[in-house]
Amino acid sequence: MGVAIEVTDLNAWYGTNHTLQSISLKIPANHATALIGPSGCGKSTFVRCLNRMHETNPIARVTGTVRVGPTDIYAQSSPVEIRRRIGMVFQRPNPFPTMSIYDNVASGLRLNGYRNRKILDEVVERSLQQAALWDEVKSDLKKKSGASLSGGQQQRLCIARALAVDPEVMLMDEPASALDPVSTAKIEDLIFQLKSQYTIVIVTHNMQQAARVAENTGFFLNGKLVEFDATHKIFTNPTDKRTEDYITGRFG
Amino acid sequence: MTRIRFHRKLDDLKERLLVMAGMAEQAIQRAVEAYRVRDLSLCDLVVRSEISINSFEREIDQMALDLLAMEQPMAIDLRFILAVIKINADLERVGDQAVSISERVRDLQAFPVVDLPVDIPRMASLASAMVRKALQGFIEADAEMATSVLTMDDSVDKLNDAAFFALSNLIKEQPRYTPQALHALMIARNLERVGDHATNIAEDVIFWVRGADVRHHIST
Repeated sequence: MGVAIEVTDLNAWYGTNHTLQSISLKIPANHATALIGPSGCGKSTFVRCLNRMHETNPIARVTGTVRVGPTDIYAQSSPVEIRRRIGMVFQRPNPFPTMSIYDNVASGLRLNGYRNRKILDEVVERSLQQAALWDEVKSDLKKKSGASLSGGQQQRLCIARALAVDPEVMLMDEPASALDPVSTAKIEDLIFQLKSQYTIVIVTHNMQQAARVAENTGFFLNGKLVEFDATHKIFTNPTDKRTEDYITGRFG
Repeated sequence: MTRIRFHRKLDDLKERLLVMAGMAEQAIQRAVEAYRVRDLSLCDLVVRSEISINSFEREIDQMALDLLAMEQPMAIDLRFILAVIKINADLERVGDQAVSISERVRDLQAFPVVDLPVDIPRMASLASAMVRKALQGFIEADAEMATSVLTMDDSVDKLNDAAFFALSNLIKEQPRYTPQALHALMIARNLERVGDHATNIAEDVIFWVRGADVRHHIST
């Protein structure tokens, strides 16, 4: 099992608030890794550090190293290039509302300078197929706007948009928490299929979801990574008492 | 996110299982006492208690099933419910062994009482002690106590082997005592099975408390 992301002694701050404290872990390639923990524990901040989104907040600061493959992403000068390699999907689907479905998916490629119509067509179709949305939208690609789709479809559109720029890693911050159970199941099926090609990191409050989709799970508490282990170990016999107390609902 | 209601339901489940455990333990004690003093009224009590034990078994399984379906338990809670389901089945089987002993005692009434070379009360006392200790481990979530039950099983097995040897010889040497010897042999076998069920219960307690699977002398 290769390592896709190696995090060493990562610390993050919002102003004076030390939100992540000395996080080190290795996220395996081509697997799904779930991050769980109570609200405010730092798990979302952590994923935002993995593609340099954290630093978009003017009062935020990061120290430590994050390697994606051989690249130290904080030594690499272009955050835009980093975010192309490390895609992100958020809790609320955020398609560009005035753009068509096609243009939503093609937007990342156009931003990266692609203009060839044939290539754009191919990538849009491939990405929508990978996101399991193609069959539902292929006849309305350029007619319908992204905002006209259902919530679940919008989220898969956002996943297609992220896949279109051929990332190595997909970060998903509670990607199904705003969706109904059917749409949630579709997103989970999608994660299952995508992880053979991409490394997936998913933040979730739904522990059953973590158990269903991820091979490894990390438990965050008060800005620290308390435990990181195989998902079946975390949910059947965690090593740390704090992990056990959290997942069994003995505090929270 | 503290799940107070769920944890109350787990406490209820434990309480129900302990009531059933008390009945199974009592059934074995009564069956062995019935053998010792040839008291058929005790046999009747054992047979009647089996109906309650079976009813408890179904109720406990249903409670456990509901908790699994409705609460999605994790970690130690998940292991606890799994252990309860398995202990429940073992306790029901302990009740069955008591009934089986009672039926042997009834059948023995047709034959004269003879002094057999088998110490059934001692075997019963050991097997009951195993059940009691395994359940004490369950009550106190004490894996150490449960582990000590595993070593006790060898003593019960040895007594059963000795009973087999001695009673086989008796049948060879004094064939007129064959019916009594065969019934005693079957009762020894029932008690040996009670020891096995106690061992299973102890293993389930260890699994619940430590998350370790120690069955079949393999530890994970």
